[in-house]
Amino acid sequence: MDESPASRLAPSVGADLALADRIRRGDGGAFEEVLRVQGGRLLSVARRFLPNEEDARDALQDAFLSAYRAIDRFDGQASLGTWLHRIVVNACLTKLRTRRRHPERSIEDLLPAFLDDGHQANPARAWRDPADEAQREETRDLVRRRIAELPEDYRTVLLLRDIEEMDTEETARLLGLTPGAVKTRLHRARQALRVLLEPHFRQELS
Amino acid sequence: MTCREVVEFLMAYLADELPGTQRDVFEGHLALCPPCVNYLDSYQHTMRLSKAACHCPDGAAPADVPEELILAILDASRRN
Repeated sequence: MDESPASRLAPSVGADLALADRIRRGDGGAFEEVLRVQGGRLLSVARRFLPNEEDARDALQDAFLSAYRAIDRFDGQASLGTWLHRIVVNACLTKLRTRRRHPERSIEDLLPAFLDDGHQANPARAWRDPADEAQREETRDLVRRRIAELPEDYRTVLLLRDIEEMDTEETARLLGLTPGAVKTRLHRARQALRVLLEPHFRQELS
Repeated sequence: MTCREVVEFLMAYLADELPGTQRDVFEGHLALCPPCVNYLDSYQHTMRLSKAACHCPDGAAPADVPEELILAILDASRRN
């Protein structure tokens, strides 16, 4: 009877540990299996942080090579997919710090304007409820393209907080910011994305 | 409280981080200002839309990885 640690754990954890063990022992087929099964989902993660396709591919490659070298540290506490996901996010943040910036819009152009007396300069109109269309692929694609238009410093905070669901403190630590700065950037990022989505979802005037 | 302040405090309001008196003033403004209600609703729709756009629906196939990228990663791993 197999009494290896992997065999005594939940089937998925056991399978992940077995795969990691094969990679550790130099089984190239196991690494390729992980790459082909997990790669597509993780490339989508990288594309959100790095809308430039070449940057996203570089980050995915860096992440898989880091994972390959660090496979001894995979302990099955999280699934292999979750472990790789974190490595990809870190690779994206490293890439954002080191690569040349692309031209982008100013956040100021995407924030709401106010009159001197504090009223909204362009009073917000009601949106139709997007709940039904939110899951449609064309809506999801539209929203992802608008997220990609956000200035990088703001897009990154929005992705870490609202999509990766990291808390303010962890986001601040990863980006070298104060928690207050993370909160300010997140609020501005959401406001800017709202401005970018408004033409697609606001109700027409009757 | 002005519309500008309502927009400024919106995230704290939604996170339930506004002190009680400020929350009462905030909600008092909303009761009288339809554009600020619209702003708050559309801000929340924006958050929901971004989550829906980035989380793969159950059963959906993930994007394909270009074959040349797979081969490049495999090649680089062998040289490690």
